[in-house]
Amino acid sequence: MPRHPAAPPPSPPLREAGLPGRRRAALAVLLALCVCAAALASPPAARRAPAQPAPVLNVYNWSDYIDPEVLRRFTRETGIRVRYDVYDSLETLEAKLSAGRSGYDIIVPTSEPTFARLVRAGALRPLDPARIPNLANLDPGLMSKVARTDPGNRHGAIYLWGTTGLGMRVDQVRALAPDAPRDSLGLLLQPENARRLARCGIMVMDSATDVLPSVLHWLGRDPDSADPADLRAAEQALMAIRPYLRAIPGSGAIVDALATGEVCLALTYSGDAIQAAVRARAAGRGIEIAYAAPREGAQLAFDMLAIPADAPNPEAAMAFIDFVLRPEIIAAITNHTRYPNAVPASRPLLAPEVRDDPNVYPPESVLANSFVAGTPSPAAERLRARLWSRFKAGR
Amino acid sequence: MRRLAVLAPASAWLALFVAAPAVVLLGIALGEADAGVPPFRPPFAADGTWQGSFANFATVLTDPFYRDAFLRSLVVAFATASLCLLIAYPMALAIARVPEARRTPLLLAVLLPFWTGFLIRVGAWIGLLRDAGWLNGVLRALGLIEAPLPLLYSDLAMYLGMVHAYLPFAVLPLHAVLARRDPALEEAAAGLGARPATVFLTVTLPLSAPGAAAAFLLVFIPAAGEFVIPDLLGPPEAQLVGRVLWGEFFQNRDWPLAAALAVVLLALLILPLRLFQRLEARP
Repeated sequence: MPRHPAAPPPSPPLREAGLPGRRRAALAVLLALCVCAAALASPPAARRAPAQPAPVLNVYNWSDYIDPEVLRRFTRETGIRVRYDVYDSLETLEAKLSAGRSGYDIIVPTSEPTFARLVRAGALRPLDPARIPNLANLDPGLMSKVARTDPGNRHGAIYLWGTTGLGMRVDQVRALAPDAPRDSLGLLLQPENARRLARCGIMVMDSATDVLPSVLHWLGRDPDSADPADLRAAEQALMAIRPYLRAIPGSGAIVDALATGEVCLALTYSGDAIQAAVRARAAGRGIEIAYAAPREGAQLAFDMLAIPADAPNPEAAMAFIDFVLRPEIIAAITNHTRYPNAVPASRPLLAPEVRDDPNVYPPESVLANSFVAGTPSPAAERLRARLWSRFKAGR
Repeated sequence: MRRLAVLAPASAWLALFVAAPAVVLLGIALGEADAGVPPFRPPFAADGTWQGSFANFATVLTDPFYRDAFLRSLVVAFATASLCLLIAYPMALAIARVPEARRTPLLLAVLLPFWTGFLIRVGAWIGLLRDAGWLNGVLRALGLIEAPLPLLYSDLAMYLGMVHAYLPFAVLPLHAVLARRDPALEEAAAGLGARPATVFLTVTLPLSAPGAAAAFLLVFIPAAGEFVIPDLLGPPEAQLVGRVLWGEFFQNRDWPLAAALAVVLLALLILPLRLFQRLEARP
């Protein structure tokens, strides 16, 4: 999950070395070579300059969020090379975009808050339905939920969607906290449960945007609240379980930690927990991971295929969106990522174990309670960000 | 005149790549976070009127959250530099004592880790320290422990990563002064009846003090702003200034506050650098 290439540590100045001339020169050459090696090792994207002027599509998507075969097939069919880059939190995506001229043709922001903010800022290029006939494949019911933030669905098409909930090792959770409800956030947020489960490891993903609404909702408060009293209550709830948390990493690291048995409980995205289950099963070391959407109501998130206004190659981007929305292509992506899509015609093409998994396609009872978080005002966001910093520091 | 010509490239380099970015940083720090691209309002409006404020510096200097981050960073950097010095000194002394022809392969061995990417080396520690990692695997196979030790995401893991990453920076300057020392001085001390420990404490150690100071600072300064190692190996409560700065910039999109943190960190680190220059300038 390298989120960003780290600069190699600076080499020590040779002035202090005071070695005799030849030796010093040899050392300098050596150090220079080291620095070059380190430079080559860190930013892989920088090295892959296109050899010939073939059209290139720059995609910036969530980590573990596509079937790699789909990208190869797109290149085979269109001759467009795909340069693929990943992030593991909305915060990272927004940081890249807010510097301007990101150079990406396709981004996959979540409908609220990132996509909503980008729409409002005019940072997205409207989609051209004439170039993307497969937009018609999308479920109008789901698209209408996004139309609240993007009137007329002009700037984005639903790629995949999912809920936020708990990934867990059921055997260990049952052994350590037999009386705790396994389909409620109380499993994590009641200190008594967290204390018992700390022995087998707990993680919460590092995203104020995607954790705070669920905590507020569990407390029976408005998930979008900017009221300091509500935020204080959420902070108290988080601080009460803070001593029992192993780490607060990016969501990408949680997939790994669940799959290897590093932790037995994690608050994360549904698809990530289900991916961890698939990986754990493939590793065959007897680790059984399950996902549970909270029964009191899960946060629902739609990830949108969108084109930045300053995309270098919008034509290729539209071709890509049209390609992805073909039923057989989006079915392959859902099969691989275990996140549901919004193309009803893809349902019969899914693998049965994916189609019939209630965690992939939540049943009506879960959907009825679910909520979509809104976009907080800048002032409210600052309060939330500070709260989250204090939570991470544990003070 | 010739002196000036020699210094010109260095001065131009410093002006272009150190002073100019610092001024830009200061400019952003005096601005205010705002929705937009880039996400802040500059301290001077388009027509040149002042609209900036020192509020970000006030926040950084008075808010206990940031004060703690600075304090913790300095403590971690001090401990890392001290540990590096303790480990590097015997290494450097041993290398300096072997015949000259055999020193190069030994120095090469010290530098060899640089041939691997920095992130890869940190990632390797994750693989070693995690619950299902090699270390816990070996301890369990030997029957020494029953449940895996929680090694990853701990202070121990963070210090292992820091010392491992920065050790070469301590070995090289120490080796430079120790290789230059005149063995005749130590022989003379021994000839006059001093025990080996006395020779070391009264001759070798004082002579190598400038190298030790250089080694300490070369580790201390980058360690104080380190972000990657505390983030990937350290516990979540290790909110060091590098991590806090990264969070303000990337997670909260508050560029001015992040820039103010960077300016204060820079000012804090200039102090030990000046101290080092004083030491260097002494005959």
